[in-house]
This record gives sequence, structure tokens and C-alpha cells, in this order.
Amino acid sequence: MSVLVNENTRVLVQGFTGKEATFHATQSLAYGTKVVGGVTPGKGGQQHLDLPVFNTVADGVAATGANASVIFVPPPFAADAIMEAADAGLALVVCITEGIPAEDMIRAWAYLKTHTWTRLIGPNCPGIISPGKCKIGIMPAHIHKEGNVGVVSRSGTLTYEAVGQLTKLGIGQSTCIGIGGDPIIGTSFTDAITLFNDDPDTHAIVMIGEIGGTAEETAAAYIKAKVKKPVVGFIAGRTAPPGRRMGHAGAIISGGSGKAEDKIAAMKDAGITVCPTPATIGETIKSRL
Amino acid sequence: MKIHEYQAKALLARHGVPVPRGEVASTPEEAEAAAKKLGGSVVVKAQIHAGGRGKGGGVKVAKDAAEAHTIAGKILGMTLITHQTGPEGRVVKKVLIEETLPIERELYLGIVLDRVIGKNVFMASADGGMDIEEVAAKTPERILKEPLEPGLGLLPFQARKLAFAIGITGPAVNLAAHAMIALSKAVQEFDASLAEINPFILTKDGKVFALDAKMTIDDNAMFRHKDLAQLRDLNEEDPLEVEASKFGLNYIKLDGSVACMVNGAGLAMATMDIIQYAGGTAANFLDVGGGANAEQIKNAFRILLSDSAVKAVLINIFGGILRCDTLATGVVAAARELAIKVPIVVRMEGTNVELGQKILLESGFNFTVADGMLDAAQKVVGLAK
Repeated sequence: MSVLVNENTRVLVQGFTGKEATFHATQSLAYGTKVVGGVTPGKGGQQHLDLPVFNTVADGVAATGANASVIFVPPPFAADAIMEAADAGLALVVCITEGIPAEDMIRAWAYLKTHTWTRLIGPNCPGIISPGKCKIGIMPAHIHKEGNVGVVSRSGTLTYEAVGQLTKLGIGQSTCIGIGGDPIIGTSFTDAITLFNDDPDTHAIVMIGEIGGTAEETAAAYIKAKVKKPVVGFIAGRTAPPGRRMGHAGAIISGGSGKAEDKIAAMKDAGITVCPTPATIGETIKSRL
Repeated sequence: MKIHEYQAKALLARHGVPVPRGEVASTPEEAEAAAKKLGGSVVVKAQIHAGGRGKGGGVKVAKDAAEAHTIAGKILGMTLITHQTGPEGRVVKKVLIEETLPIERELYLGIVLDRVIGKNVFMASADGGMDIEEVAAKTPERILKEPLEPGLGLLPFQARKLAFAIGITGPAVNLAAHAMIALSKAVQEFDASLAEINPFILTKDGKVFALDAKMTIDDNAMFRHKDLAQLRDLNEEDPLEVEASKFGLNYIKLDGSVACMVNGAGLAMATMDIIQYAGGTAANFLDVGGGANAEQIKNAFRILLSDSAVKAVLINIFGGILRCDTLATGVVAAARELAIKVPIVVRMEGTNVELGQKILLESGFNFTVADGMLDAAQKVVGLAK
């Protein structure tokens, strides 16, 4: 099994005819994902990658029965794309776009509070993959393998690092969720870990965090109270200087909050095995399975 | 994007936050003229992107225009060191000349994003004029908070609630509430990711003013604030960081000896960490992104190597979209063109890794190819010593 996405997920691509969207939609199709069409306002009625293009998400949903979308829309229009997808009733919206203004995300977040049927993943994330079933996003497909470890991470390449190690050791993944590096994101560590905890086919969890915010501490408290499955973690940014944004908009130590050592302490207290470097995530999971 | 106090005050004033009368000056002569225009005693304030300027000697009162000339002469050109500048300090290029005001009380106002609730939060405290981080750590109950509803900003009842709670009384309550609402409107209008008025003062004659102001504009929102782009002060930024930003490279200079080039922000942070774990120190953070091309890699190299403290370079790439052979080709071309002399350790993983390694090994350059992140870190730290 898997969480959130599987062989029945039907995906619309928002910003479909753009260069990035075209490249990654092609990759998703090659992986066997049911990409059923896309949306580019003004290009409705055309065909792209042998699939229909729609003017609005609502049109696309009506014509294809899509239940998910992936957003490759440029930053100025991305928050609007998220809200349009929610309005069209989609259950899952994955926003890849990096660089959305915080003010726009504040509004989109409030909008999603009144559109509770929609789960947003991201923005500023690599997406989500249930190996062997469905790939929505920009992660390299070939490093994944079907299996029973759930992976949740704020970072793209660091997820690939962990997944690559697992696969090399013959350990597959149920679902890998890149929740994104922005300060405001749709799916939190706690949300993702709750899903993994409730999934009978996820036997262990990898959680990769980084400096900034307190989402790792919140998830650690949840794990301590509810999760019996083994959890292996890593936190990036132990050596990051305070007050500087380390690439991700959300990766900043400010006002004494968001430090790596606080997160690591909370995770250890919750019984999570915290790896000192990402180089040992795979072996550590192996030892705890 | 950080902006100066005088710029922040101008933006706040546009929305109706009362600020002292003042003018910015780049020379002692301009300072004197500004002081003369204001009349009476003035405050001369160094304009740098860092707090703690008063303690560092960058804020002084002048009793008249002549003294303003003398003081400005001392502050302009000085290297101001505060707890936020680092030991190297910042050279002062501009001063703000402001009227002095009869201070009755010093309060604090600020707006910051609360990631947990996904909203901006307005903060007010009776403990103005102090380091607010210290107040937050020692007496958090003395900072009052009101969440800002998206699109609405601070509502009048919230502003009054905060004003009363920080001990403002009488007619000044409405003046303070008005200033607070104006601050929240400015934050929304200018896409500020942080705004602080510390101190927000109450004068002996019952008025309110933003005596200091700090504002940071959300870089992601700059596309809709073309008029604010001119407020960027390149003098306040590291020259290598400015250079890197021209090529879309995410570079932050640090003070170690191992330069690193990585794709992805999380992996780049983890690479800095593992260098320290292996006994070394990182010279920088650099995320070349997922779609880096040979040209960007060459520029990244040039920037990394223009830091004279660099003794060795670690390239750590997990190739997904960025293919390892593309990376290797870029690295070899850069090594050739820039005549690189420091040792380079390359760790690649992902798409076309064998082809990438072959390109490096057959290039004739002395690249060290590493197997895994820890091996790479140990090798590069050894070479940097």
C-alpha cells in the first residue's frame, strides 16, 4: 500500500504547456502515472503530449475525472492556481513552484481552511511518489523501489540521498513525500507521519528536517505519544549561521528559534534515531527494521 | 531584502505611521544643512543594516548644526561593529539626521510571520528600547500578540486592545491604535516579511512616533515592487554574494577553508555539516539548483575560488534532473579555463554517474573521486589541511 497517491490517482498538470511541466509530465507518464490532461488558460481545446488541455481546472476535472493536480505555474500565479484546484474539488494538490510570496501563501492557506477536502503538498517541494504506482513531481524515478518505508522531508536532494541509500540496500519505500522548504506549507511533518502511522504497509519512517520553524518539534511530540513504528531522522543545518536564509525560504534561525540542536533534542527524546550525517540513514533504517 | 532605517521610515510614513522629521546625509556638510533646517538639537544615526548601532557608537545627539557637522564627520566612514555585524563591522556611508523628541515612554511594535498558524502576528510590548529577543526569552508574557486575518490586517479593536495592554492611556490610545493599523497596512502593501518599531515612543506632550524602524521585504514578492528594488544597498552585502546572485546561484559566504558546490538547499546544508563532522570548516553555502548548466557551474567555481581562504573544493551532487555527465563536463571546462590549483573532491550520485566519473578521470586533472558523502568529506578535509 501507500499513502495519498496510488495507481488510481488521476493527475491534471497546471501550467501544462510550460517547459518544466512538459518535461516532468513526460517523466511521470513514462513511470505509468495516470496523467489525464492539463490546464493552461487560453489554450483550452488543444492537445499536448497527446492529452487534452483545458482553460480551467474545473473544466479538466469535469472532462477527465481527475482527483489530483500538480502545479508548475510561475510564482506570481501559483497561489491562485492552488486555490483554483481546491475550488474544483481536487483531493490532492502538489505545488512544485518555488518562490511564492509569503503574503500569497497566507491567503491560500486561509482559503484551504474553508476547502477542507483538499490536501496541499508543498509549495517549493519535489512532490510525492508511491514507487511502482504513481509519481507526481520532479524526483528521479529510478532511485526508488516499491516497499515499506515512508519518507518525509523538507528537502529535495536530501530525500534522494536517503532514498538512494535505502534502494541500494534493497529496502523499498511505501511513499516518499517532499513537504517543501517554505515557511507556509500545506502538509506538515505531523500530517505525513500520521498518514504513515495509519498505513499498515508502512513499517518504518524516515524524517528529514532542517533549521527554521518548530515543525520537527511538533512532530516529535506526536511521535512520542502515538507512533510505535521505528523512526529515523536527520536535521540539516547544524553549522548554519543564525539570521541567514539557507537557500530555502523557511530555513532560517531567527529570534532564537529553529535551531538544529533543539530539533535533534526533541527527536531523540521522542525515541527517534537521529543520524549525525545523512550518510548513515539507510543503514540505520536497516538496523531498525 | 533588508532596507535602511530611513527607507523603512519613509515607507511607513506613506501609510500614516508618525515618524520624526529628518533627512539623510552622506557628508558632514549635508548633515549640518539638515540639522539647520530641523533647528535645535538633532540625533545623528548611522545607517547600516544591523541593530545595536547605539551601543556601537553609531547614534549620537548633537546640540546644534555645527556639532551635527562634527559628529557626522566622525560617524561617516567609521567601521561600526555591533552584535549583528560580526567582528568585521560595516562602514557607515550615510547618516540620518532627525529632530529630538521629549520621550515619556519607550514601547515596542512588530509584525512577523507565525509559521504555526500561517498568519502574520502583530506584537506589542511595554518593554521598548530593549533587545526584543531578550524580552521574548526572559519574560515572554510581556510580549502581547494579535493574529492578523489574511487580507484584513490589524483591526481597530485589536489595536486598541494592544494599546491598553501596553499601558497607553487617554487620547494617545487612538493615536497609537492608528499607528499600529498603519504599520499593518504597510506590511501588507510592501510585502514585508518583518517589520519592527523599536522603540515606539510616547512623548511628554502625548504624541506617538516610530523612533526607529526596521523592515525586510520578501524577496519572493519583489516582482511586484519594482519601485522598491532601488532601495537595495549593495554596500551592505558581501561582494561575492552579490556576484553569485547575478547568475541565479544561492551562495552564502562563511569563514572556513573547504568550499562546497552542491545541488539542493538541504543537501548543501548537510554538506556544510558533514565537513565539520569530518573535522573541517565550510567556506560557503552554495546551492546551484536542480537545473544548473555548464555556464553556471563555471561561474560558481569562479566565485568559490575568489575566496582566498579556500584550500580545497568539495562538489557534492545528487543528479536527478541535473545529470552527472553534464556536471562533469562543466567542472572540467571550468578547471581548464580557470586554471584551478586547489584540490577538488567530487562526489556524484544519480543519473549517468559512471559517464560523469569517466569524464573526470580522463580529463587529465587531478580530481579525487569519492564514494559517498562521508568519504568525500573526509578526503576534502584531509586535502585542505
